[in-house]
Amino acid sequence: MADLLSIFDYAFMQRALLGGAAIAVMTGLLGTFVVQRGLAFLGDGLAHASFGGIALGALVAYTTSATGFLTEPLAVAVPFTLVAALAIAWVRDRTSLSSDTAIGVFFAVSVALGVLFLSLIPPDRNVVDVYHLLFGSILAVGPQDLRIILATSAGVTLLVLLTWGRLAYATFDAELATADGITVRLLDYALFAIAAVTVVVSAQVVGIILMAAYLVIPAAAARLWSRSLVAMSIGAVLIGVTTTLGGLTVSYLIDVPSGAAIILLQATVFLLAALTQRR
Amino acid sequence: MKVSTSSTSPRVEEALSHTQGAVASAREDTVLQVSGVSIRQGDVDVLEDVSFTLAQQRFLAIIGPNGAGKSTLVKVLLGLLVPNRGHVEVLGEAPGACPQRVGYVPQLKTFDRTFPATALELVVSGMRQSWPARIRRDERELAQEALERVGATRLMARPIARLSGGELQRAYLARALVRKPDLVILDEPATGVDFLAEHDLNHLLEDYQRDSHATIVMVTHDLAAARHHASDVLVLNRQVIGFGPPEQALRRECLERAYGHVGHDHDVVIP
Repeated sequence: MADLLSIFDYAFMQRALLGGAAIAVMTGLLGTFVVQRGLAFLGDGLAHASFGGIALGALVAYTTSATGFLTEPLAVAVPFTLVAALAIAWVRDRTSLSSDTAIGVFFAVSVALGVLFLSLIPPDRNVVDVYHLLFGSILAVGPQDLRIILATSAGVTLLVLLTWGRLAYATFDAELATADGITVRLLDYALFAIAAVTVVVSAQVVGIILMAAYLVIPAAAARLWSRSLVAMSIGAVLIGVTTTLGGLTVSYLIDVPSGAAIILLQATVFLLAALTQRR
Repeated sequence: MKVSTSSTSPRVEEALSHTQGAVASAREDTVLQVSGVSIRQGDVDVLEDVSFTLAQQRFLAIIGPNGAGKSTLVKVLLGLLVPNRGHVEVLGEAPGACPQRVGYVPQLKTFDRTFPATALELVVSGMRQSWPARIRRDERELAQEALERVGATRLMARPIARLSGGELQRAYLARALVRKPDLVILDEPATGVDFLAEHDLNHLLEDYQRDSHATIVMVTHDLAAARHHASDVLVLNRQVIGFGPPEQALRRECLERAYGHVGHDHDVVIP
């Protein structure tokens, strides 16, 4: 066991574990509401929207490279994804379209814009690695990435915990919550905005696919084992953190990509939950 | 209404003061004041010039055909919808201004059965006006009392997904009553429950009304329940077709105007 844990003596493994755990905490809390509201597609949609934002950030960085106006694409990606998330919330709120349809529209538009922005940058000046953005690498989390993830996770966790009772009530029944004086519409927009920041910051580091998995699979597995929403939230966080630890260990031991190992471990837990669900 | 008394005799002043006191008392006694309420959604008039007043300790049944605007009127009373025209006061305040004094039982068909929760959590949510992460001992005791009142103590730890229609209705009623409301609003609470559960519900409401001097407003399709349990009936079909005691509002011509015909409820209809 000591030998097994010794793999975390490496600084890059410590950063991967800490970063993954921080992402697991915020996505577990957030994923509970995403899954319970039937918004599982939201993580994918926002992660792809962040691709458009990161591409725009890269384009701005390229066009202003002489002045050094902007060097970090994330500075553009965060507001871009935030606008996309609020636009999705607005379409849900103001039209009769379903969430999936609204997300699907912005998903496609953002990816198209991303491809367009990247095509305007000469290949030798392009700082965006599309493969990395899609699949990421949790093992490549740098000290600066880790600081950003930890700060985002702390902020998101605090916000979700502060609004948990109201968010849960609005998730249970928006009409009852409104009748009890809760500003459900504002909470909906806030949830989408928090999800946007979570997704864009995490996706840049761990990749769009792993990000979407973190947001949905632990919460879905926890849902199958839980009798209350608070148990589902705690369960989602625990499953996210333990599968990060387990996935990193497995990936190191048998030399497979860490992101894939984490997702497959999460999927195994989900399968186990589906097979043993208390009905 | 402000009345100047500067040039009146003491006797007139006394009479005026008495009248103003009576008006104030009547206002205090008024639980619902709905004046000229109209709601237009798209190009459809859902409610047109609806007016009525309901005093304290009354039991109002709102009846009418599907699409008559009954649930819309409930949403207006709860402050969920703002009318295009007209004025509404609930317990002397704007709708939605005093949620802790209003208990609401929604239509059960809107309920999300996949939500992980127990009946206890549902009842405590009515107490806190937010969803409970942890339940304190005093909250548990109050919730238990409310569930006991509706004969559903055994449901306390049961997941709401596993409750039958009648059990769920009791849990929702306990949730509404736990805050000891002055006004209970129920939107078709009998939908999907058998006649026995509906019968129990009406008696539970009457008991609560008697013990707490509360006012009940219930949307229902059950004309017999309206006749036997309500003190007032509002017959609605976008407009107020009839309003008054059951023997007045449930008259044949009134129901025919609202529904087009009176169906098989001949024993309920007042000829």
